[in-house]
Amino acid sequence: MNQPLLVTATQKAGPRLSLVIGAIVLLTLIALPLLSLLPDGHSLQVSAYILTLVGKILCYAIVALALDLVWGYAGLLSLGHGLFFALGGYAMGMYLMREAAGDGLPAFMSFLSWQELPWYWAGTQHFAWALCLVVLAPGSLALVFGYFAFRSRIKGVYFSIMTQALTFAGMLLFFRNETGFGGNNGFTNFRSVLGFDITAPGTRAVLFLLTVALLAGSLYLGWRLAQSKFGRVLTALRDAENRLMFCGYDPRGFKLFIWVLSAVLCGLAGALYVPQVGIINPGEMSPTNSIEAAVWVALGGRGTLIGPLLGAGLVNGFKSWFTVAFPEVWLFFLGALFIVVTLYLPKGLVGLLKKRDEP
Amino acid sequence: MPKALHRLLLCLCLWLPFAAQASDAQDFASASANDRARLLQEWAAQPDPARLGLLGSLQQGRLGPDQPRTLRLNNRLRGLLDNALASQRLLSDDAQVRLQAAQHLQRRAQPTQLGLLERHHAAETDQAVHAALGLALANLQLVAAEPSVRLAAVRLLGESGDPLARTRLQALLEPAVESDEGVRTAARTSLDQVERKLLIGELLGQAFSGLSLGSVLLLAALGLAITFGLLGVINMAHGEMLMLGAYSTYGVQILVQRYAPGALEFYPLLALPVAFAVSAGVGMLLERTVIRHLYGRPLETLLATWGISLILIQAVRLIFGAQNVEVANPGWLSGGVQVLPNLVLPWSRIVIIGFALCVALLTWLLLNRTRLGLNVRAVTQNRNMAACCGVPTGRVDMLAFGLGCGIAGLGGVALSQIGNVGPDLGQSYIIDSFLVVVLGGVGQLAGSLWAAFGLGVANKLLEPQIGAVLGKILILALIILFIQKRPQGLFALKGRVID
Repeated sequence: MNQPLLVTATQKAGPRLSLVIGAIVLLTLIALPLLSLLPDGHSLQVSAYILTLVGKILCYAIVALALDLVWGYAGLLSLGHGLFFALGGYAMGMYLMREAAGDGLPAFMSFLSWQELPWYWAGTQHFAWALCLVVLAPGSLALVFGYFAFRSRIKGVYFSIMTQALTFAGMLLFFRNETGFGGNNGFTNFRSVLGFDITAPGTRAVLFLLTVALLAGSLYLGWRLAQSKFGRVLTALRDAENRLMFCGYDPRGFKLFIWVLSAVLCGLAGALYVPQVGIINPGEMSPTNSIEAAVWVALGGRGTLIGPLLGAGLVNGFKSWFTVAFPEVWLFFLGALFIVVTLYLPKGLVGLLKKRDEP
Repeated sequence: MPKALHRLLLCLCLWLPFAAQASDAQDFASASANDRARLLQEWAAQPDPARLGLLGSLQQGRLGPDQPRTLRLNNRLRGLLDNALASQRLLSDDAQVRLQAAQHLQRRAQPTQLGLLERHHAAETDQAVHAALGLALANLQLVAAEPSVRLAAVRLLGESGDPLARTRLQALLEPAVESDEGVRTAARTSLDQVERKLLIGELLGQAFSGLSLGSVLLLAALGLAITFGLLGVINMAHGEMLMLGAYSTYGVQILVQRYAPGALEFYPLLALPVAFAVSAGVGMLLERTVIRHLYGRPLETLLATWGISLILIQAVRLIFGAQNVEVANPGWLSGGVQVLPNLVLPWSRIVIIGFALCVALLTWLLLNRTRLGLNVRAVTQNRNMAACCGVPTGRVDMLAFGLGCGIAGLGGVALSQIGNVGPDLGQSYIIDSFLVVVLGGVGQLAGSLWAAFGLGVANKLLEPQIGAVLGKILILALIILFIQKRPQGLFALKGRVID
């Protein structure tokens, strides 16, 4: 069969080359923030724009990885992961808004002439509580939704539709000014985090490194899970849930665990996304964003751990180039990508790169 | 000589009404703005059939039927003019015209018209007009000098269900406005009565808009139920089929406007087959090129059709622009039926409810009474067995998918008559219509029907109580809880199959 030379070469090179490439990518990612600290005008300096862009894509890669854990391993296609991502982002945004406002109310509340903070803003001036919220808000929502959904054995497309409706409802809720999260505009105009200027190159570099660390950490976690017995049960659950039940396993606990874990990972990614990009608004919860995350995973290859990262990087890289160069064509491209990937790349790019003699 | 004088006098007499009218017109033309208002008030208090023509032309800004449009009326004069016209119409022989005039006067009558109303109220023979005039009179009598007259008026107002009566009665509760204790108590009772009537009107109005939302959801969900039930395909591009239908309506409207302006009144009827053909054609094309390869993998169809929907949206955006396009209601679809004083049912929505039910009935007949329907049901129940018996499953798939998309196209025509037509039109309905399918049970027309109307009414009834957004969230929560009880939807096929 005819295939590009590059693909053949990679197939022949085997795992050693993959390891080398992985190491190079990791080193580049660590080097990027350090290079950005170089003085202005230096030929090797990485601009703040590039650093923010790559940081943003890394956050998306974490989302893709989290989605892959539930879709690729447990067979639950969630179309609502944008909601968990945004919840984590909003939790971090609350802290940043309080920090920017000092002792007063956040700017958008004064604008609405509110007199005092709503109860759910209590304690958000403390960084530690904000961090707890980053985990608790998406985690508890996923726990409640997952408990009811898995109890009544909602699966397949029903599950997808329900999660999509969930994120849609969340978006509508956060669009309202009365909800107390800045309505349409969301949170922006952050100044500092833990007293450090948020636009300073040093802060940006640290945030970037944290994102790389989180990504590496979740990758390691995912790898350990996939190797363990737990991962094998999940795969069995994806392929033949009824058989698994007849073997005496209760699938609900397994599903619920991976579902909540995935939501929490998304929340953490959102919390790192907000200070780097500098804005969070309800648009992040739109069903479009969540379903786009599904195509990152599908393009890279679901059921693999590297695939989603590859997919998220490629699609978002293309997106930031396309939307500047040919804004009209981007949606056509994205749409075609959805179709081509599902029709011709059922195992994604990773499946293409893997040796063909493997089953 | 006397004969000539006679003739002259006779001529003059014959001319008199016209002379009177002409002088009225001249008076009006030469008067200042304040004098014009005074004139109109006089005419309203003492109507004269001869002035009807003049007032009609004044309303159009002319001094007479053949005069050019020279008059400029401000809002105050316009109101007075309407009032004077209503007064003249009370003299009409047609009870319907009198009723309308009386209803107008209920809202707008001036104190100077008190005498006029009393005379007509006493003389009126038609029961409906009599009652309407009584209410109009009661409005004016609220400020009468004698407490007994006021008391009677207040009691009478309690019978009406008019929002204006509420504000008037509320004003009377203040001791500063109404000095008599008895009248105040009566006003309180009447106010309660009026509010109860208004509440009924509001609830009925909400239920009606819920039905109309439900009928749109039904049109969207019928097609989904067919494609999902038969092919196991989650068609995320279904909303875009609605959009294509709406844009087809827009296209038909433009073409009719250009080539057959006389038929513009009936362009929505013309748009129905066009929209069906466009949506069904696009649907069948998609089925043959993309979806056919994805049978048995529902999650993949979901992603692929999402991609298709992105492409369709962007294509429409490039062709027609990102702005909403203007689709006008023809005359017979605008306006509405006044059922209660605070409840108007728009014709467009009534027609759409009927239309949705017709489409549902036709679909049912098609599925249950035709050869194609038999094949479709056979493939739904057991694809392999149907293929063995000689059912051309590939063609049935294509036709069924086309049918589902075509129904969505019909829904698009309906939507274009009650909402904005823009590239994002389908997106706002797709999630709700999927919820309808989930709630109603897959492949079940009756389930879709009940679920669509149930969701629509629940949405609209909850909206004013707790807000549109919280209502949506509550409904989502209710659906999740409901699925706990009946995982297969309202009307599930009974079976023992486990995959």
